[in-house]
Amino acid sequence: MTVLLSVLRRPAGAFGLIWIGLLAVAAIVSTFWTPFDPLRTDPGKAWLLPFTDGHVLGTDRIGHDQFSQLLVGARETMVVAVCAALVAAVVGLLLGLLAALGPGWVSGPAVGLIDVLIAFPTLLLAMVLAAVYGSSLGTVVVAIGTGFGVAVARVARAEIASVRGSDYVLAARVGGAGTARIIRRHVLPNIAPTLIVQLSLVMALAVLVEAALTYLGYGSSPSSPSWGGMLHEQQAHIAARPLLVIWPGLAVALTVLAFNLLGDALREATDPRLAR
Amino acid sequence: MTLLAVRDLTVGIGGAVLVDGVSFTLDPGERLGLIGESGSGKSLTALAVLGLLPAGATVTGSITLDGRELVGLGDRRLSALRGRKLAMVFQEPRTALNPLMRVGRQVAEPLHHHGLLTRRAARTRAVDLLADVGLPDPAHTARAYPHQLSGGQLQRVGIAAALACGPALLLADEPTTALDVTVQAEILALLDRLVDEHGTALVFITHDMAVLARVARRVLVLGKGKVLEEGELDSVLRAPGHEYTRTLLTAARAASFRREA
Repeated sequence: MTVLLSVLRRPAGAFGLIWIGLLAVAAIVSTFWTPFDPLRTDPGKAWLLPFTDGHVLGTDRIGHDQFSQLLVGARETMVVAVCAALVAAVVGLLLGLLAALGPGWVSGPAVGLIDVLIAFPTLLLAMVLAAVYGSSLGTVVVAIGTGFGVAVARVARAEIASVRGSDYVLAARVGGAGTARIIRRHVLPNIAPTLIVQLSLVMALAVLVEAALTYLGYGSSPSSPSWGGMLHEQQAHIAARPLLVIWPGLAVALTVLAFNLLGDALREATDPRLAR
Repeated sequence: MTLLAVRDLTVGIGGAVLVDGVSFTLDPGERLGLIGESGSGKSLTALAVLGLLPAGATVTGSITLDGRELVGLGDRRLSALRGRKLAMVFQEPRTALNPLMRVGRQVAEPLHHHGLLTRRAARTRAVDLLADVGLPDPAHTARAYPHQLSGGQLQRVGIAAALACGPALLLADEPTTALDVTVQAEILALLDRLVDEHGTALVFITHDMAVLARVARRVLVLGKGKVLEEGELDSVLRAPGHEYTRTLLTAARAASFRREA
């Protein structure tokens, strides 16, 4: 609770938290209510400008209500961002711990795996997985989660190694603490601020990659509206109707920014050394 | 009955022999000073006693605590001894405490995980321990994070944490080197009093004869990993038997002279 309040006290944090909060509300509300059916086509209402006939953001060439589509698109964006961050956290922590604290025959291969997977572009990994296992939300989440998870693992490994070499870990061992206790009490709390920033970055990048994938046609099915899908849909008419590209583009950009700012604010709020 | 017996301790890291055949014994409640310049092997000797040498270090010889061999003992067994029988005070109080954990909790932690007290009782005991080491308003201090305390206060916390479980042996590795001169004197007096009250045996590691003279009567002079001289502090001070000891003495005199000037 105090963490949320201290995030809200910072302008950047407040913006991030409020925007993400609005998206979460939009994602939930859109499951049972949208101003119009996002998939309803009505040639009679094509190319409407914003604020005509109740279409807040206007309609596209076949009469899709853009605001409704944005609301439903928030659902996929949020699900992918959160799930990908969870996968990345698990992958990053496990690989990072193994690479930093494991015995030689574990840490060597773990470091190698991190280096190899980092060299592999996440977008490409997602496209390959989608090609092999069919494009679905699950594939997208796994691809983004592991792709960015190894980047998290590399940062986590360095952080864990520096905590392990610290005097206070030596002091804890002098006090009789075992490895599990040291990981729980000393390693995890001390890498948490870095991890929070990394994971917020993963969420921001996940939003971008998810939009890129659906834009390229590798995301979820075209029947469920998404921001990337909207961009794909409207790109042919970008010169005539630039607004229709701006809405989903703006949504992606603001969400990426919001996740980054929220991550920074969370790090500052959870680190007692930075407390005011 | 001997508490700690170190016989022919040799520690090598990466082919270099850093502690070379060190032997000494310590009775319960007895105090011993380990003196030597940096690189003389004094800190490694302490870490060897705790079984916390860096990975890749090779140890030969024997270290017995209460007649029990510690060299080659498994980490789980050693963990059970560390904190409860053996404890250590570090040189840098600021880095020896977890920056993200309230200091009271860091004092309480070993009491709880050795199963001596419940979490709640350990927390209460930690406040008592902080009072024992002379920290003002211990209940409030227990809730502070390390960055909110001064170096001297942090070293008091470090001493409280080390003595929490009433260890039989306390290793103090240059506990005053990182502190102001006035605070040094306070910390030395505190160590002196607490070790006396608890009947704890003390191995005091330093490079400073003047500091050592305040806490220990018996001294072991180390140089390049070897024991150069051993004996009562008075006789070593009066008639240093080794060139190296004389150098240390001169350095100490020069330092105290500078301090007075």
